[in-house]
Amino acid sequence: MRHGVARFVTGFLALPVGLYLFYVVWPFLQAAGYSLTDWGGYSDRQQFVGLDNYLRLFSDELIRKAFWHNVFFLITVPLFTIALALFLAFLLNVGGREDKAGIRGVFGSGLYKVIFFFPQVLSLVVIAVMWQQIYRADGQGLINGMLMKIGLVSEDDPITFMYDPEPFLGVPAVLWWLLLIAVWSGAGFYMVLFSAAMQSIPKDVYEAAILDGAGRFHTFFRITLPLLRDTVSVAWVYLGFIALDMYALVFVMTPSQGGPNHASEIFASVLNFTAFQKGQFGYACAMGVALAIFTILLAALQLRITRRERIEY
Amino acid sequence: MSVTPDLDRRTLLRRAAAAGLLVTPAAGLLSACAGSTPDQNNDSAGEKSNDNPFGVQDGSAVKVVIFNGGLGDAWAKEDQAIFNAKYPNVTVNMSSTQKIKTEEQPKMATQPSDVVMNSGADMMDISTLVNEGAIEPLDDLLAAPAWEGGGTVADSLLPGTVGDGTYQGKFFVVNVAYTVWGNWYNSVLFDKEGWTPPKTFDDFFALAPKIKAKGMAPYVYDAVHGYYPRWALMATVWKSAGKQAVIDIDNLKENAWRAEGVLPALEAWEKLVKDKLLLPGKLDHTQSQQAWLDGKAAFIQVGTWLKNEMAETIPPGFEMKISDYWGLGATDKAPNDVYAGAGEGIVVPAKAPNKAAAKEFLRAVLSKAGSAKFAELTKSLASTKGSGDNVQDAALASANELMKNASSDLISIKLWNFYADLDKESQNLSAELMAGRLTAAQFVDKMQAAADKVAKDSSITKQTRDA
Repeated sequence: MRHGVARFVTGFLALPVGLYLFYVVWPFLQAAGYSLTDWGGYSDRQQFVGLDNYLRLFSDELIRKAFWHNVFFLITVPLFTIALALFLAFLLNVGGREDKAGIRGVFGSGLYKVIFFFPQVLSLVVIAVMWQQIYRADGQGLINGMLMKIGLVSEDDPITFMYDPEPFLGVPAVLWWLLLIAVWSGAGFYMVLFSAAMQSIPKDVYEAAILDGAGRFHTFFRITLPLLRDTVSVAWVYLGFIALDMYALVFVMTPSQGGPNHASEIFASVLNFTAFQKGQFGYACAMGVALAIFTILLAALQLRITRRERIEY
Repeated sequence: MSVTPDLDRRTLLRRAAAAGLLVTPAAGLLSACAGSTPDQNNDSAGEKSNDNPFGVQDGSAVKVVIFNGGLGDAWAKEDQAIFNAKYPNVTVNMSSTQKIKTEEQPKMATQPSDVVMNSGADMMDISTLVNEGAIEPLDDLLAAPAWEGGGTVADSLLPGTVGDGTYQGKFFVVNVAYTVWGNWYNSVLFDKEGWTPPKTFDDFFALAPKIKAKGMAPYVYDAVHGYYPRWALMATVWKSAGKQAVIDIDNLKENAWRAEGVLPALEAWEKLVKDKLLLPGKLDHTQSQQAWLDGKAAFIQVGTWLKNEMAETIPPGFEMKISDYWGLGATDKAPNDVYAGAGEGIVVPAKAPNKAAAKEFLRAVLSKAGSAKFAELTKSLASTKGSGDNVQDAALASANELMKNASSDLISIKLWNFYADLDKESQNLSAELMAGRLTAAQFVDKMQAAADKVAKDSSITKQTRDA
C-alpha cells in the first residue's frame, strides 16, 4: 500500500476504532477489574478481593441452577431452531414439485418467506409482551381461551404456562414454553440464511440426484445438509449466544423475573438480581466475566469441531 | 483529591477561571475521576435561622427527581411552588421519570441529584444505599420546625412515618405517601346481597359458599408479584402471633418463624387455597384488580393506591371500600393492628451538592399546604397529619375509618427492606403457597432456613429493629 493511502485509511478508521475501544472494550475491561473487588455499585468504596468472587461462583446454588437452565437452552434452542429453519428452507427452495423450470419450492413460497421472517422484525420485548397475551393464564388468554371454547381445557384449571414449574422431561415446564417462543422468533431469520445458502447450490446437482432416483429425504440428507455445513455451523454459534442470553424473555415474562420460585432462573437474571437488588456489583461482574469466558470457549470449540475443507462449486 | 500539588491541573483550573468558565463543575468533574474524594461541602455558606433551619443559600440551585408512577408528578409541582414562594432566588430543577435506578444509580458515586424519589419497580435497594453510605441521614430534618410552625417536622407526621424511614438507628427516607392495606370489596354488591365483610378467616370461610353460589370466586390475588400476597400473609402472621414475633423474624432470631401463632396464620391461607376459593388462573396486579372490578371475585387485597390505579375502568355502580385484613379470631395476639405505613420514599444522596436546599425542599413537601395538595391530587393520604381532611372520596373515607378504629401499633414488616435475599425468598415462597405447591409448614421451614442462612452469612450487613 502506498504511504498516502495508509494515512487516508487510518484517518477514516481512527474515529470508529476509538469509539469502539472507549465504549465497548473499555467497559469490558472495567467490568473485569470490578470483578476483583467487593464494589457495591452505589459508592466509590471498593476493596480488592482477588479471585474471591470467582471462587464464590462455584459454591453458589442459584448460579448452578441458572447454569443448567442455560445449558438446557444451549442444547435445545440451536437444535430446534436450526431443524425448523432447515425444514422450512428446504420446502421453500427445493421441496416443491419439479417442472420444466427445474427444481423449485412449494406453492406460494415467496409469501411464506415473508411470514416466517416477520418475528425477526419485532424487538424481543415486543415479542415477549405479545406472548404474554397468548400465554395469559386465564380464559382471556389466546391459547387458554380457544382451548376452553372447544372444551379441551376446563375453566377452573387453565394451562398456567409461565407459572408452571412442574418438570417435563426433567426440565421445568416454564422453560419449555420459553423455548417455544425463542424457536418461533428465531427460525425465520435462519430460514432466510439457509435459503440463501441453498440457492447457491447448483440446481444440476439436485437434478442429477433426482435422475438417479433420489427422493426428497435423500436429496436433503445426502446433498443439501452436507453442502450447508458451514452455514449451519455459524448459525449454531449465533444461536448459542442467544441461548446463553435469553434475558429479555425471562425478565419480561416470568413471575419474579426468574420464577416461579427460581424455576426459570438463568445466568443473566441472577446477575441482574445480584447487582441491582443485592448491591454486589463486584460479584455480579465476576458472573458476567465468567459467562463471557464460557461463551468464547464454547464458540471456539464449536468452530474447531466443525472446521473442515470447503467444497467449491 | 490528593494534597500533592499538581501543576497541570492547577494551571488548567486557573485558565478555566480566567476564561470566565465556571470552575466549580470543572473541579467537580476532576474530583469525580479519583476514587478518594473528601466531601467538599459549602452548605454552611447560607445563614441558618429558625425560618431557614438548614441555611439555604440564595442563588443556589437544587435538582429534584420525582418518580412519575401511580401518583403522578403534579403534586410535586405544587411543592415546588410552595418552596419558591419562600425562596424565589433558589432555582428548582425538577424532572420526573419512572426509571429511577437506571438514571440515578450511575450518578450516586459522583454527581447525584439533590433530592431523589426512590420508588417504583426500578428503585434503588434501600439497604444497599444505607450500607454503602450513599444517602444522607435526615435526623436534622425531623428536628427542624415544621414549615407552618407549631412543633417540629417529626411532630407533624403520621405514626409509623419516622419508623418506616429509619435504618440502623438513623432516619434516611422521607416516605411521602401514607398507605393503608387491607381487603377491598364492592360495598354496593355487599349491601345488596346482605353480606358483611368478614373480620376473621372463620367469617370468610362461612361467607365463601354464599359468594360461590352467586357464581363468583371469593378471592383473587396477584400471581406475578410475590410481594402482593406476601403483604396479606405477613399481616395475618402479625395479627395471629403478635408484634414481638414479627420483630424477632425481622431480627433473624433463632427459630423466630416457629413462634406460636405463625404456623396457624399461614395454615388459614393454605386452607383458602386448598378449598379452591381463588379465582382460577394466574393474573398480574392490574389483571386481578380488573377481574375484581368485573365482579369475578369478591375480595382482593392491596393498598390504598388501588382507586387511583384503576380509576379509568371502575364500572358505574361500583363502590370500593377497604376492610381490615382477617385474623384468626380469639387466639389473635394483635387483632386490631392495621397494616399501614408511609411509602414512596424520598432520599438525599450523601454526595448531593446542595443538601441544605434539598432538606428545605423536603420540609416544603411535608408542609400542611403541600400534603393537602398531595391528598387532593392523588386521592391518597400524605404522611403529614390531616392531609385528607378536606377530600371527599368513599375509598379514602373507608381507609380513614379503618385507621380510626386501629390500635396504636401499626403492622410493619422490615424483613424485605433489610435483606434482598429474604425479600426474594419470601416473595417466591408466598407465590408458591398461593399456588398450592407449598404447605404452611413447608413455608415456615423454608423461611427459617433462608433466615438462618442470611444470619450466618458474614458478607451481609445485619440490621435490627426495636419496635
